[in-house]
Amino acid sequence: MSARHRRLLTSTVALLGAGVMVTACTGNTPEASSSGGGGNNAASSNDDTGDTVTIGFSAPAADHGWMAQITAAARAEADGYDDVDLVVAEGTNDVSAQIAQVETFINDGVDAIVLLPFDGAALTPIALEAMQAGIPVINVDREFDDPDAARVTILGDNYGMGVSAGQYVCSQLSDKPDAVVAEVAGIDSLPLTQERSQGFSDALSDCGLDVDNRVAAEFTVESGEEVTANLLQAAPQIDAIWNHDDDQGIGVLAAITNAGRDEFFMVGGAGSANAMRSIQAGDSVLQATVIYPASQAADGVRLARLLAQGKALSDLIDVEVPRQITLSAPVVTADNVDQYIDSAFES
Amino acid sequence: MSEHTTTTAAPAKQPAPTGRTTSGGGLLAGPVGRNLGLVVAFALLCIVGVVTAGDRFASADNALTILRLAAVVGVVSIGMTFVIIGGGIDLSVGALVALSSVWATTLATQAMAADTHWVLMAGTAILVGAIAGLVNGVVIAYGKLVAFIATLAMLAAARGLAEILANRRTQIVQDQDFLRFFAASPLGVPMLVWMFALVAVLGWVLLNRTTFGRRTFAVGGNAEAARLAGIRVQRHTVALYVLSGVTCGLAAVMLMARTTTGSSTHGTLLELDAIAAVVIGGTLLIGGRGTIVGTVLGVLIFTTLSNVFTLNNLSSSAQAVAKGVIIVAAVLLQQRVAAGRRQRRSPKALPPTAAEGAPAGASPGVPAS
Repeated sequence: MSARHRRLLTSTVALLGAGVMVTACTGNTPEASSSGGGGNNAASSNDDTGDTVTIGFSAPAADHGWMAQITAAARAEADGYDDVDLVVAEGTNDVSAQIAQVETFINDGVDAIVLLPFDGAALTPIALEAMQAGIPVINVDREFDDPDAARVTILGDNYGMGVSAGQYVCSQLSDKPDAVVAEVAGIDSLPLTQERSQGFSDALSDCGLDVDNRVAAEFTVESGEEVTANLLQAAPQIDAIWNHDDDQGIGVLAAITNAGRDEFFMVGGAGSANAMRSIQAGDSVLQATVIYPASQAADGVRLARLLAQGKALSDLIDVEVPRQITLSAPVVTADNVDQYIDSAFES
Repeated sequence: MSEHTTTTAAPAKQPAPTGRTTSGGGLLAGPVGRNLGLVVAFALLCIVGVVTAGDRFASADNALTILRLAAVVGVVSIGMTFVIIGGGIDLSVGALVALSSVWATTLATQAMAADTHWVLMAGTAILVGAIAGLVNGVVIAYGKLVAFIATLAMLAAARGLAEILANRRTQIVQDQDFLRFFAASPLGVPMLVWMFALVAVLGWVLLNRTTFGRRTFAVGGNAEAARLAGIRVQRHTVALYVLSGVTCGLAAVMLMARTTTGSSTHGTLLELDAIAAVVIGGTLLIGGRGTIVGTVLGVLIFTTLSNVFTLNNLSSSAQAVAKGVIIVAAVLLQQRVAAGRRQRRSPKALPPTAAEGAPAGASPGVPAS
């Protein structure tokens, strides 16, 4: 939380510093989000230019908005530092290709590696190898099997996302013990989907609700539309829907509009700019969304730089960078959307 | 089963049963009979739906939902039916849908459409599909590449191009007239369902009532014989892939209307759904035989299946298993029906089978017919 506040503070300062003239000519969200990564305006000496470090970056193919933003934010972060040389490997969903990329980083002797593995388990051995070669590995989003394979692990909180969504639904339906709650999940075979669903049902059971109808889409707009069209037939009366992912959420909303249904409210997931604009406008059933930060790889780049330069997190007393950071999954509603919309990703 | 009993009964009282079975054979030779396995499977599915979900399944709303869901894959499957009957295969349909939808929703296209008319967007999608289909066809017919490989290459390339064009973002359709037009329901039936019906009817007419259709059967049945009979096989093959591309473009327009977006992730694995629907619809993968009615039934079976599963709140994994079972069961059932027909004819033995083979080859020699 404190990191978030600091980021917000810095971006606010950056916006003010950029001058009033800017606000007149651009309302461009990517501008605003990348300015948070400038790093010239933080309070500590950590951002002072130090030894130039080379950081290897590898992530899966940017085949959806969230993942595209992951890589874009990491690049923007690195561009903000004169002393960071970010080597970005071509995004790939091929595990063996990604292993080869890490091998190349090791051979080139980079100072640190930021790795968002396509499959955490499959990339664990090569990450261990990098660590043994003395290169700190920053594991982002999808966790390795072996804690020794990463110096720092930065994770979004999938279980927490489900909990946040569930708690929000509870808060809205507290007076309806027999309310119908539906869930549009993402790819069912992924651990992250299972964690999200687990968190959701755990949170719901705390207030005596449960998931009455559950369908799984594939994180794509088309699949979201398809499963939701069937879901709406399955449940003639719904009180709340949680959709795991705002990319597929465009399809979910299209299906809802097509069916002419509006007796329920919907909570999204991931936090795309699109979803936030809908929440802001209040013109659809989408009332809230739960953030799964797309800035985690950018944070990874920052931490990699600190590690390579032998620095620590300035807001902690400890002289080392922590081992694990789990990012918070806050709920965005019309009340606080202004606070988050600038850092949201375009789907 | 019942066919088996009639054949064993046949020797006892010969004249009557043969008369009955031939009339049965006549019925089975019709479109309903050929798709008997499908009709049974579809009816069973509907019964399961009514029993397990009651009114939620057996409502007009739900029927329209199923039809709307069937529309996109249905249109693509019609094009696929032509290609497969013509002895080819088109693995690139999903990717072409993605490419067409992305191309039609780029900022430039949308800006042009905003200045003129949304028809421009729809036209762009269909044109892109047609051109990609043309490339497929030319590479296969004149480049002599195996259809499987050529369209596999197109699958990869088209989706890649779609990703480049869209910059891997989801492109939102801004044109409200476009969305309103396709969201309308003339006579209470959604526009997409009308489009599917229209494509299916046109496809049926094209396949069964025109020279183009007869040539398609001929090319798929025996390309060499078709060439000797004076059909320009290469040109016809190109036309088949263009047709498939056009249906992809049309499907892209429908998908844009349904999801209000264009995206490089549209149509993922659509080729498998389409091929599965075509194959359980009784179309031979080696070409030369197939029906539009069967394909439509095949599409409806898969869409109804996923509808029934969702109505009962079952997981998508269980749904995938059921889908696999249905593919195998439907094809097995069809083989039984086909085998049963052959068996029933066997008592009268050789003359009819020879005659069956005859019309194509022998009719020139029999002026009387």
